[in-house]
Parts: sequence; structure tokens; C-alpha cells
Amino acid sequence: MSLPKPMMRGLLAKRLRFHLPIAFTLALTAAIAFKYTVTEPKKRAYADFYKQYDAVKEFNAMREAGIFESVQPTGK
Amino acid sequence: MLRLTTGRVGSLLTRRVTAAVTTSSTRMASKEVSESVDMSQPMYWDRVDIPLPDRPYKDVLTDADKSLKQKEKGPWGQLTKEEKIALYRLTFCKTYPEMKQQTAEWKTVMGGIFFFLGFTGLVIWWQSVYVYPPRPRTFDDEWKSQQLKRMLDMRINPIQGFSAKWDYEKGQWK
Repeated sequence: MSLPKPMMRGLLAKRLRFHLPIAFTLALTAAIAFKYTVTEPKKRAYADFYKQYDAVKEFNAMREAGIFESVQPTGK
Repeated sequence: MLRLTTGRVGSLLTRRVTAAVTTSSTRMASKEVSESVDMSQPMYWDRVDIPLPDRPYKDVLTDADKSLKQKEKGPWGQLTKEEKIALYRLTFCKTYPEMKQQTAEWKTVMGGIFFFLGFTGLVIWWQSVYVYPPRPRTFDDEWKSQQLKRMLDMRINPIQGFSAKWDYEKGQWK
């Protein structure tokens, strides 16, 4: 009863040949997906916010609400 | 299974008295729990991950066993089925299926887990009555609503976070 000689060498290389392309593709896909689902919406949200942002108006609203210690609401 | 466990625990806990007492090999399946085992000699274990333990199960052989061992030295085709099984049982205590037999130990384990969980619950209850300090005022509803209003006034995270969800013109959540 003679069995064929098993694979003695190149086992890691064989595994890498199969798994490395998959790993790279998945990593690239994850990065692209993150870019278009997270970073692009975030950049758009910030741009839209600051397009219509009036800093002085916001400051006065905050001042009237009474949260500052250096300026009091108008009236005191 | 439980008997074997107490036997193992007993043999592990008892100290080796003298070398003279413990020279004879003790059997793992013996019924005396307080027997001292000589740990410096090879021991027999029934374990799934040790297929060939350090020594055969039966060390002291009767005359019948010895003659059987002599017969084993010849061609094995001449051994009968019962003799082969007897030879196996001389070397091993349990077969693999016998070792892997399911026990009811899981019930004891789960029962112990639930018991100690319950006990812990009682301990925590006692702590909540006798140990905990008074409740901080920051947990009151009035304080929490004032805190929320202050966060909105300060415009916390106005772009994508907290204040972004509040409609400042209408004075309500978006």
C-alpha cells in the first residue's frame, strides 16, 4: 500500500497566492465604501452648515440664553 | 465521573508520605479517596488528548495475565477475540467512546452558576441599601431638563450631532 507523497513545500506561498488578492480587494472596497458613506457626507454637511452661518447672530442668541460669563444678556 | 473527579482531587491533595509506602503503583479507579499517589512515577490517565498514557493501566499482573502477555509475544492471529479484549483492558481502563460518554455534569454547572448569580443579586441588594451614597442631584428630571436646555443654548455639536437635531426657529426637535 503506497500513498502518494504529500506536499512538503510551498504551502504558505500557495495560501498567499489565493488569499492575498482577496484581502487586498476587500481592504480597498472597505476604504472606498467608507469614503463615500462617511467622509463625503460629512464634508458636505460641514460645507452646507458654514454656507449659511452667521457667527454674530449665533453669538447674540447664545448671549441672550445666558451661557457666557464674560458678557451678560442685553438688559442687565 | 464524579467519583473519578473526587479520586483525582483526593490524590492531588494528599501529600506523599514516604517513598516506601508509595512504591506500589496505585490504580486511578481505586475506591479509597485518601490513598497517596507517588507523583514521581509514571501515572495512568484516561484523557482524550493522551491516547497512550505514561504507563499501562494494570501494572501488577496476575499469573493468568502474565501468561496472556506471553502469548501476546507470538503471532496475534492465534489470539481469540476475548483474549484480545482482555489484553486491551490490561493496558487501558476506558475506551474512547466510554471516555467521551456524556455526563450530567452540565446540570450541576448550570445550577451552580444560577445559584451564585442569585447570591450575587442578594449581595447587590444589600449594598444598595447599606453601602451606596445618596443619589446625586444631577439625576433629577428637573436638573436633566435644565442641562439639556443649556447644551442646546451652547450649540453643542451643531453640524452633525446634538444641536443639529434641534429646530431653533420652532423650538422643538426636528
